[in-house]
Amino acid sequence: MMRTSVSAAVLLASLLASGSAMAETIKLGFLATLEGPLTALGEDGKRGFDIALKQLGNKMAGKDVEVVYASSDATPDSALRAARKLVEQDGVDILIGPLSGDEGIALKEYSKSHPDKTFVNGVASAMEATVVDPSPNFFRFNEDAAQWMAGVGEYVYKEKGYRRIATLAEDYSFPYTQVYGIVMGFCRSGGEVVDRQWVPLGTKDFSSVIANLPDDVDAIFVGLGGADAVNFLTQYQQAGGDAKLIGGTILVDQTVLSSKGEAKQALIGTPTGGPQADDWNDPKWQEWVKLYQDSYPAEARFPTPSLSATAYYVNVMAVNQALEAVGGDLSDGQAKFREALAKVEVAAPNGKITLDENRQAIGSTFITEVVEGPEGNLINKMVSVVHGVRQGGGMSIDKLKEIGMPSRDTPECKTEY
Amino acid sequence: MSRSLAGWRIALVALAVVLFAWLVLAPWPQGFEAVFGRKKVFLNAVLNGITLGGLYFLVASGFTLIFGLMRNVNLAHGSLYLVGGYVAYETVEATGSWLLSFVAAFLVTAFLGLLLQWFIFRRMEGQDLRQTLVTIGISIVAADVMLWLWGGGFYQIAAPAALGGATQLPLISSVKSNGDTVWLTYPIVRLVIFAASVVLGVAMWLVLNRTRLGMMVRAGVDDRDMLSAIAVRVPILFMLVFAFGAGLAGVAGVVGGTFQSLAPGEDSRFLLVSLIVVIVGGMGSIPGAALGALIIGLAEQLGSVYAPTYAVALTFLIMVAVLAFRPQGLMGRA
Repeated sequence: MMRTSVSAAVLLASLLASGSAMAETIKLGFLATLEGPLTALGEDGKRGFDIALKQLGNKMAGKDVEVVYASSDATPDSALRAARKLVEQDGVDILIGPLSGDEGIALKEYSKSHPDKTFVNGVASAMEATVVDPSPNFFRFNEDAAQWMAGVGEYVYKEKGYRRIATLAEDYSFPYTQVYGIVMGFCRSGGEVVDRQWVPLGTKDFSSVIANLPDDVDAIFVGLGGADAVNFLTQYQQAGGDAKLIGGTILVDQTVLSSKGEAKQALIGTPTGGPQADDWNDPKWQEWVKLYQDSYPAEARFPTPSLSATAYYVNVMAVNQALEAVGGDLSDGQAKFREALAKVEVAAPNGKITLDENRQAIGSTFITEVVEGPEGNLINKMVSVVHGVRQGGGMSIDKLKEIGMPSRDTPECKTEY
Repeated sequence: MSRSLAGWRIALVALAVVLFAWLVLAPWPQGFEAVFGRKKVFLNAVLNGITLGGLYFLVASGFTLIFGLMRNVNLAHGSLYLVGGYVAYETVEATGSWLLSFVAAFLVTAFLGLLLQWFIFRRMEGQDLRQTLVTIGISIVAADVMLWLWGGGFYQIAAPAALGGATQLPLISSVKSNGDTVWLTYPIVRLVIFAASVVLGVAMWLVLNRTRLGMMVRAGVDDRDMLSAIAVRVPILFMLVFAFGAGLAGVAGVVGGTFQSLAPGEDSRFLLVSLIVVIVGGMGSIPGAALGALIIGLAEQLGSVYAPTYAVALTFLIMVAVLAFRPQGLMGRA
């Protein structure tokens, strides 16, 4: 009897000891698309994440950081499964991810069922995630996909002289939001969007879709990413396509510009908008590019960081800043930490980022054009930058809801909204 | 009674053929275009479906050959496809020769096929479940090894410059208002690849049905024991067929990497495609694989134009319909 109670006490003590040791480490969950059509983006996101942690010496607010990695394949259910595993099984304190639009919406909903954990969006950028029933513990330090397109519609109307365009994009929330962004700008300027085509994510054979593109337009907006983008461009070239293109943000990201083969040559001269410009001369950006290049051998990375590397890097930095501010205090269901996180002002490589009242990023949008870089690789050359871009481009949240969330045919093409 | 039924059938088929020929050959009248869209789109979708069917046939014929002869369910077939593609990419990078890459891809994947047959299938003959599980395991390991070697990026095999661009086909795309005829332009590389897969399909059929080797293979399908009793070395025959089937998957990888792209995940996609094609066409039948590939290719392409949202579901619907009404497949033996 005596013996058992002693051993029980020892057991209890050791449990307590391990409990307090656990409080000294911070458990981070990483989630990105390391499989499926957006693999290249997910891998680069992991690079950005790892670089940030290495730079911090694997410590945040003096505590050791332990990371659990998980992967999804751009479908919301795969992201949900991975998030459940990270949160419920591995017990992470903070989850950084996911990468793709629909996944982001799914995790926003999921975060509500774990109000004592903090969810920092990876780089998923569907508008809906921070507009419709925003979750108090879901934070997004990247702009949404319509913010990325801010000014592009106006730019191609005025500078390129396009009057009629058609769009081709994948059939889910992220491309919806991108098309939303360009339609708003282009139609407000007086342009006309004559046709919108949607293909399933993961389409391999675009040849019939290409034949179906209208030929009486000035340009075609192509909102495809990852493997889909490369397949489209290859088959577009083989079919002898020569229309002017306007790029979705991830059509002309380094993930596609650095792909092997000739397909990407079709992209030279393509304008787009996004959260970064490869050749921006800002010292902070240059510093980040160098850090990225020095962290991996040339064959194991892109020539310059893709937007997902930058986003995951920024996410870790934002989390670190907030943790420093509260001295690593995650007690009380992380209340203090979340309060600090909502107020964080990140001096990110791609311009200052703050959060609005829905915990959605206010950041910088770059308009760029694809050119051949100094080493013969393709880069996004900066045309202009606007800082402090808010979600909805100055429209109130109520107005956004009135127009409706981005979808196959929202918004309509009008000069006034 | 049955005669008149057969007559009806022939009349219906003839009507369908004439209608299809008219759709393809004649310029579409204005009102017709208003309802069904431009003729260029329809023609492209049909041609794309047929050429995509060519690629599907290449992958699925190897799969069905192996299954037909040895009853081996090789779920690592998709991995062989992807390995072939990557090997071809490396070959083109190193030597600049597209044709050589076919040889390299065929040899490497055929060799891998030999290893698979020697180390795995030989040891579990006739045990379907074990074969299935082991080959799924192999495909998962292979996918990770390839991810490690080639990363998650997209690879695109460069076709020779002569095959780039498009050519004019003697098919009317539309008639301009001034009476000029616009002919259809179409990517050369897809036509070449389709022609190659037809040649290969016919050659395989001839070998199987007209040669001594083919006779042995067919005999092996029907009665393996009797074949070995008349002094045919069945294990060696099996290894050769397995190697050939695996090599076909590798060749398909080159083709797929040329007009689409190579990336992680393509392995399982093409495994799925071969399964569907073989289920629709009939397990173990080469003409069945050709028919199945054609149907699935056309369904995917016509679907992607006329019902983009349901294009993915369409192929599965076809599979379900075939399973419901003709479970052995369209050309399969009951």
